[in-house]
Amino acid sequence: MELVGRLRDGDEDAFVMLVARYHQPMLRLARSMVSSEAVAEEAVQDTWIGVVRGIERFEGRASFKTWLFRILVNRVRSAATREQRNAPAESPQAVDPARFDAQGQWADPVERWPQQSDDRFEAAMWAPILKAALEDLPSRQRTVVVLRDVEGMSSEEVCSVLGISAGNQRILLHRGRSRLREMLDADWRRG
Amino acid sequence: MLLLRPKDIACRQAVELVTDYLEGTLSRGDRRRFEFHIRGCPNCSAYLEQIRMTIQATGTVGEDDLTPEARDDLVNLYRRWKSK
Ligand SMILES: [Zn+2]
Repeated sequence: MELVGRLRDGDEDAFVMLVARYHQPMLRLARSMVSSEAVAEEAVQDTWIGVVRGIERFEGRASFKTWLFRILVNRVRSAATREQRNAPAESPQAVDPARFDAQGQWADPVERWPQQSDDRFEAAMWAPILKAALEDLPSRQRTVVVLRDVEGMSSEEVCSVLGISAGNQRILLHRGRSRLREMLDADWRRG
Repeated sequence: MLLLRPKDIACRQAVELVTDYLEGTLSRGDRRRFEFHIRGCPNCSAYLEQIRMTIQATGTVGEDDLTPEARDDLVNLYRRWKSK
């Protein structure tokens, strides 16, 4: 990446452009892992310093974003041994087992959401509900959902950033997405 | 040819296959069973659609910009580091 080469040469504009591109995604990732805003911000700042110092060591084998996020995850993890986000219990089922009958069929029909028949579905309208719902996820699920569905990273990238297996990544994604759907669903029911 | 009916997997199993299906990691047989179930089951098909909408909506959560203050802080940090 050209910007990385310019950063290596000490080009401040390149630094500013990289910050503009990655700072918010890095904060979101850090916040998904720890509850303290101060710890998250400090880890992101540390990461920027580490990147500027260690840019020589970036080999271009992984994408810059993956490399950057991996450094951040390490910083957050070492800070998080001191400060851990308390994790709500992880539910192993995508859907509350009580919603199925003895044969495993839905006991009551799945209620369609009002927007499901609307072809002008405005996904952005739900952002506030989803932000709150993300806060309620167990930390590991939240981190995977943030990287996959908010940042749009591939499963391979997420595995590499977090150092987890493909199977584990899929389980966390599955539980996280299922839980978010459940919370949106509960939101419609409340009306 | 084996004829599969929607009941061949239960709804309770179908909802657990949704992510593997969307990730493209189901075996061919499981994918066929899953798709067959979805076609025959309005509940699971509504459920799958809700998961897709959830994913799409989650993608809009990140649209916030860097504040000028935060950017300036970092630029100052960079300059301090460079002048060392
Ligand atoms: Zn079904």
